[in-house]
Amino acid sequence: MSDTVKLSAQIAAVLVACIVVAVMPLYADLFQLMQFTLFASMAVLALSLGFIWGFGGILCFGQTAFFGLGAYAYAVAAINYGDSTPAILCAVIVPALFALALGYFVFYGRISDVYLGVITLTVTLILFNVFNSTAGDEYTIGTARLGGFNGMPAVPTFNMPFDPTAILYPEDSWYVTGGALIAIYVGLRLLLRSRFGRVAIAVRENETRAALLGYDPRVVKLWVFVLGGAIAGMGGALYVNWGAFVGPTIFALSLSAEIIIWICIGGLGTLIGPIVGCFLIQYLVSQIGSQQSFNSNLVLGAILIVFVLLLPQGLVPTLRNLVAAGWYRVSERRRETGHGQSRQMTAGQPVGAE
Amino acid sequence: MDLAAIVALNVVNGAASLFLLCLGLAIIFGMMRIINLAHGEFVMLGAYAAVIAANAGINIWISMLVVAPLVVGLFGLVVERCLVRFLYGRLVDSMLATWGLSLLIIGLTTTIFGNTMQGVPTPLGGFAIGNYRTSWYTLFLLAVALGMMAIVYAVLRYTRFGLIARAVMQNPDMAAVLGVNPAHIYMATFSLGAAVTGLAGGVLAPVSGITPVMGSAYVAKAFITVVGGGAAIISGTLSASGLFGFINQLGAYFTTPVYGEVILFLSAIVLIRILPQGISGRFFKGTV
Amino acid sequence: MPISRRKFIKTSLSATAALASPAISTRYAFGSDDPIKVGSLLDQSGAIASSGVTMVTAMEQGVAEINEAGGLLGRPLQLIQYDTQSNIQLYSQYAQQLALKDRVDVVHGGITSASREAIRPTFDRFQVLYFYNVLYEGGVCDRNTFCTGTTPAQTVEKLVPYAMKNSGKKAYILAADYNYGQITAKWMTKYMQDNGGEVLSVDFFPLDVTNFGPTISKIQAAKPDLILSALVGGNHVSFYRQWESAGMKGQIPIASTTFGLVNEPSTVDASVSADIYGCYGYYEELDTPESQAFVQKLKKRWPDIPYISELTAANYEGLFLWAEGVKKAGSLDRMAVIEALESGITYKGPSGDVTLDGVTHHTTRNAYLAQVKDRKWNVLETFKAVQPSDTAMVCNLKDNPRDNQQYVIDIDS
Repeated sequence: MSDTVKLSAQIAAVLVACIVVAVMPLYADLFQLMQFTLFASMAVLALSLGFIWGFGGILCFGQTAFFGLGAYAYAVAAINYGDSTPAILCAVIVPALFALALGYFVFYGRISDVYLGVITLTVTLILFNVFNSTAGDEYTIGTARLGGFNGMPAVPTFNMPFDPTAILYPEDSWYVTGGALIAIYVGLRLLLRSRFGRVAIAVRENETRAALLGYDPRVVKLWVFVLGGAIAGMGGALYVNWGAFVGPTIFALSLSAEIIIWICIGGLGTLIGPIVGCFLIQYLVSQIGSQQSFNSNLVLGAILIVFVLLLPQGLVPTLRNLVAAGWYRVSERRRETGHGQSRQMTAGQPVGAE
Repeated sequence: MDLAAIVALNVVNGAASLFLLCLGLAIIFGMMRIINLAHGEFVMLGAYAAVIAANAGINIWISMLVVAPLVVGLFGLVVERCLVRFLYGRLVDSMLATWGLSLLIIGLTTTIFGNTMQGVPTPLGGFAIGNYRTSWYTLFLLAVALGMMAIVYAVLRYTRFGLIARAVMQNPDMAAVLGVNPAHIYMATFSLGAAVTGLAGGVLAPVSGITPVMGSAYVAKAFITVVGGGAAIISGTLSASGLFGFINQLGAYFTTPVYGEVILFLSAIVLIRILPQGISGRFFKGTV
Repeated sequence: MPISRRKFIKTSLSATAALASPAISTRYAFGSDDPIKVGSLLDQSGAIASSGVTMVTAMEQGVAEINEAGGLLGRPLQLIQYDTQSNIQLYSQYAQQLALKDRVDVVHGGITSASREAIRPTFDRFQVLYFYNVLYEGGVCDRNTFCTGTTPAQTVEKLVPYAMKNSGKKAYILAADYNYGQITAKWMTKYMQDNGGEVLSVDFFPLDVTNFGPTISKIQAAKPDLILSALVGGNHVSFYRQWESAGMKGQIPIASTTFGLVNEPSTVDASVSADIYGCYGYYEELDTPESQAFVQKLKKRWPDIPYISELTAANYEGLFLWAEGVKKAGSLDRMAVIEALESGITYKGPSGDVTLDGVTHHTTRNAYLAQVKDRKWNVLETFKAVQPSDTAMVCNLKDNPRDNQQYVIDIDS
């Protein structure tokens, strides 16, 4: 497919997504709307890992660290200020700073591959342990009690900017969450088309080559990582807005693994894939719990195994390849009938930059 | 004096349990670069196999040392043939598939055996060091760890299988050119790793709570230890589990178990930052 | 479905100011033949399933019994239950589903305190009556919520002096490192001191700790007369086994507020569990007619059912307390039922008379002190009608009906 076709497809997809977000409240009932709000907030998290892993080549097993820090930062700030506006800012800044510190520590130590994964996983486990042991009144930030394993219930949800009395209704929350998801998607797309984005992909493809061309892979990876942390933190704030609750299980290993599963199922190296995978798996997990005949773990486990064996590339790349194959056939036929126009070569295109 | 002795024993025991738990994962991860997220469930299966065998009237020692590794080794063989062999060289897919596998095993075990399980009594009694009492079983665990280390070392270092296995791990294509079928070696190695893990589960069964989800307590720690240890299976795992076990137990004794865990994790991060290739990548290059 | 999403009741905003979310009414008129919907949220898979599975049987049994007896207000009950898979996020999700989609009239559920705190605000916000039927650390004060399990003042208060009387004045406390363990450890310390005892050390353990070797050495170094345990979950069972294998069994007695809740006496060897003291609101071994009938009914319907503990009995009694409230109110209107329940409903269940305390929304119920003998609980002493005095120290819903939080009770004062 040519670059123009891809671009117009992406623009069309964004437009469709905007329309879907806008008209959803007219068709979905309140419960469905809230469920989609949850899925969309989780999709922001999926997008953050999909970006740093698929385009920065950073395999982070502990993306929930930033998600959870964002959620806790939001909750603490919202309780203290009584206004969600500075709280959302905190939810982005705190994880971003944390990612900056952690990223400096690992990338400047030239740690990569699975070792990076282990470090991030370990950081998540530490955060889980630390937040878990914060029961009791001595662990209070301002007026916000961290609450240990029980977490922080009844966190104030989003309000209109700088107006704490105008609390958002579920529709508004949906617009905010769905809108944030689309905005982040578009932002990342634009970033990837920019110079920085192309350098990031070059670093992912071959660090040494990028370094020889005069780019510092450490800096590039660090900024990708920080951006991923900030996005995950935003996801955390959106998540708290949905449930009005945050607890240490947000750092649990199972959620970290689940994000990786979303991305594998949706397709690594795409931005739409993680979102699709997230919606799909979240929906599936909630459906499994509604049935009483089989153990939920059993069903989910079997589905994952079947998936990895039958669709190893993930949904989005598989579909794209099907479409591409169809496109190829069409253009071949066109050439055969003598209408000229050779097939566009994709060689100049960085792999995975679509 | 007796206090020092008992603390030392605890530290050694902590390291030995960790080593036992990690060895199977180290074999599978170190030699095939497969991240087996179902590792904890292999431990659980080993414990279940031992307990069920013992409750069925089989001698407790045979249940732990023979039945458990055999059952889990066979299970590993089946898993390798049906699932893992499609995933070599696909690190992430292997994680996804083994995560699914772990959920599947938990679900199956729960469906078959329920959520709780009647355990077996701990064999051997206790003994006293000065004013302190501890169990002979602690020493037994230590002995099993040492024995496993010796056996795995001997197999990898001195047998024909070990030589071929190491060759395949280093360069499968070259090994194939020389007439070895790498697929068979992978199968055998995966099964061996599973059997070692099953043995660990078997010997830990008498001192653990037996539930279908018991494996999740082990997987993260084992994974961190194996990566911290680096590529060499024995020397890497031994040095890393020794170090982490030491830090964890000492931290737990002098502060609280919570800080014991946190200190363990922090030291793992620092270790990997200083030695990105793991301990063995720096100090024991070229060992097994 | 064109439901009342657009009919926000702005005036109720101030009533739920603590929650800072718009209250949304989801009630609408039922036909007289429509079933009454009872929601249930319990973990049937994952780490907490061992507690949840038997609680589910109690709920199913209770609903079946009420239906056999002709239902409530002439309408049958319909049980809508979801498997929360030991996942807090799913608790929130299914809570919304029960409140908004299924529009149930009451929800019984939640096992860990974390799960309760995650869903309690949801039921406040959507105005669905909520019952939490599990023993916990106490302190929840919320007019929409009824907590029917025991709290530390009902059990720990009896357990500690009894165990002290049979051992000595120096105790070593082991507890799970989360809210339940930490708060229970405080209560243990208080009751030790009230009875002239001394606490040598309090150790907390993350839920995934399996190696208790260093702890056992520390205990031996401290030489206590008594061990008080609030260890939780399958991994912590390792402690009792390692304790026995170190040959410490019989040397220092153990009293626990958690051992035996999920089948521990029958899963570990008889020598491991022997002589451990416990104090709960219910045991399968209770020989009252109500208890025996309850056990037989469950065992007949589910022959493989594991041990029936306070969790199961309290869940069953919680359902019947709610049913009594509905009968007394003569309607399903939430406020009418709450007021009926607050008037002091009593239900004679498997554990004896259970009375709802209108001021705290907790229960006055019997507590039983028992000791494990040969894998069975041997009930030694019965305490009739014990008040939830811990929560009563901080919570008065009669004077402050709009109170809505979980207090951490300041035990030292």
